[in-house]
Amino acid sequence: MSDSILHSDKAIEDAEKFLAVQRRREKISLAIRYTILTVVGLIMLYPLIWLIGASFKSNTEIFAGAGFMPANPTMDGYVKGWETSTPYTFGRFFWNTFLIIAPKTICTVISCTVVAYGFARFDFPGKKILFATVIGTLLLPNIVTRIPQYLLFNELGWLDTYLPLWVPSALAGDAFFVFMLLQFLRSIPRDMEEAARVDGATSFQALIYVVVPMLVPAMISVALFQFMWTMNDFLGPLIYVSSVDKFPVSLALKLSIDTAETFEWNRILAMSVLTLLPSLIVFFLSQKYFVEGISAGGVKG
Amino acid sequence: MSGDSRLLGFWYVLPYLIGLMVFTAIPFLGSLYLSFTDYRLMQGMSFVGLENYTDILTRDRTFTRSFNVTMLYVLITVPLKLAFALFIAGILNSKLKGIGFFRTAYYVPSILGGSIAIAVLWRYMFADTGLINMLLTSIGFEAINWFGNPGTALFTITLLRLWQFGSAMVIFLAALQSIDKSLYEAAAIDGAKPWRAFFAVTLPLLTPVIFFNLIMQMVQAFQEFNGPYVITNGGPLKSTYLLPLYIYEMAFKKFDMGYASAIAWVLFAVIMVLTLIAFWSSKHWVYYAGDKRS
Repeated sequence: MSDSILHSDKAIEDAEKFLAVQRRREKISLAIRYTILTVVGLIMLYPLIWLIGASFKSNTEIFAGAGFMPANPTMDGYVKGWETSTPYTFGRFFWNTFLIIAPKTICTVISCTVVAYGFARFDFPGKKILFATVIGTLLLPNIVTRIPQYLLFNELGWLDTYLPLWVPSALAGDAFFVFMLLQFLRSIPRDMEEAARVDGATSFQALIYVVVPMLVPAMISVALFQFMWTMNDFLGPLIYVSSVDKFPVSLALKLSIDTAETFEWNRILAMSVLTLLPSLIVFFLSQKYFVEGISAGGVKG
Repeated sequence: MSGDSRLLGFWYVLPYLIGLMVFTAIPFLGSLYLSFTDYRLMQGMSFVGLENYTDILTRDRTFTRSFNVTMLYVLITVPLKLAFALFIAGILNSKLKGIGFFRTAYYVPSILGGSIAIAVLWRYMFADTGLINMLLTSIGFEAINWFGNPGTALFTITLLRLWQFGSAMVIFLAALQSIDKSLYEAAAIDGAKPWRAFFAVTLPLLTPVIFFNLIMQMVQAFQEFNGPYVITNGGPLKSTYLLPLYIYEMAFKKFDMGYASAIAWVLFAVIMVLTLIAFWSSKHWVYYAGDKRS
């Protein structure tokens, strides 16, 4: 039956017509796709673009129109916003943020690497149950443990310090990262470690000299994620840090919309831009690094 | 590696075990215990049995309001976000030029969205004379009092989370790209139209990822705090007073730790029940291509 169709001229004509229709359909579908993507993209990004433009506007101009280009660009928002209504400048709050993030990120990378290595390469009694708790804590809403944690830190005298923000992470408390490193470790062959062990290296030396160099891309992505999460963390500092001189930027920003500055929107928007900047920079730098790191490590993404 | 390594591995995971005990397991049980007590910071603790729970479930009008609003918020936000993420991922999953650009553009809000700076921006955007109303009036619509109406106020917070559909989308996109193209060819040969192929091939193969995203987004949505705290302050008329904000104020403003713990456990129970329902029902709708995933 298919033979007779193929040999008929009319059938060939029909097939060509069909293909032409299909090609046109594909073109239309492509145009629709691009239109949706562009429109959605613009709607998504416009608030951010507008935010950057508005931070260079005067306070009256912000409420004058929806365009993003400032008519008379001014640094007023940045200069006055930086000073804040507190005795400290925003520089102080950025420094505080750094003081929270740097130890937390470093401790997270080290502890999660060591723990993931233990899970990936060794058998020990109770391993299965312990590993199940890693998954369990991933799903456990933080809200259930927060109050007793607060009471514990209160007993320890850690309130209004950064210890409640550092210590749980230093003990591999962010189960997500343990899980992520574990996935990477599973894809790294054990041959080299075993060779090192045969040559007399201890398991710890094998970790430092053999595993870690191969795990660097994954460790960097853990650091990047932790950096951005901590940068965004609001509830943690809100509960544990009470003195203004120890505030990170997130709390400082909230403070500035609560105080008399409420009507000085250009200052607040300017400081919002600065608050978002580190994450944006790190994201755009790391995007490239992610790809390179993953391919250099020979790990399938 | 045997013999000595039986305990060796244990030493490596010891930091985790200590952290798990001190910061998760004991607080977890501790909050359950606290929920049966009347405990205010700086005052004594007394065991009250189920009193907190009976108060919450029978007397506490704020809880009822807060609970209903939370359920409404989760029911609106999670399905909308997943559907939108899947829709955009579907569009991106084809040979388009500039796919990398769009993927990045859509992912940026997910990176920044948790930041307080974005909540601040939202608060300005939806203010009476804010960006959204300026846009509305410039095209001839009437300005909306976003934070003045219960419905629209909750909607601003929903929009903030919808705006961050990027992370769910990236997961969907990765799953879409891993689908064997020959399945579509087979479907096309069988005469299936594109939409039929979507429902017969794509959707079943995506169910594990849909399931994963559903659980993650649900657990996250139930814990929404920044939005109501910074953007709407729980108002108007408590219409955005989500349970996490209620728990926060009960625990850290009124320092009523026992009662706050009981509310937290009710919220936890709700999340658990819904998660278990999802897991249980997944047998019927989640399709695992046995040999493809290990």
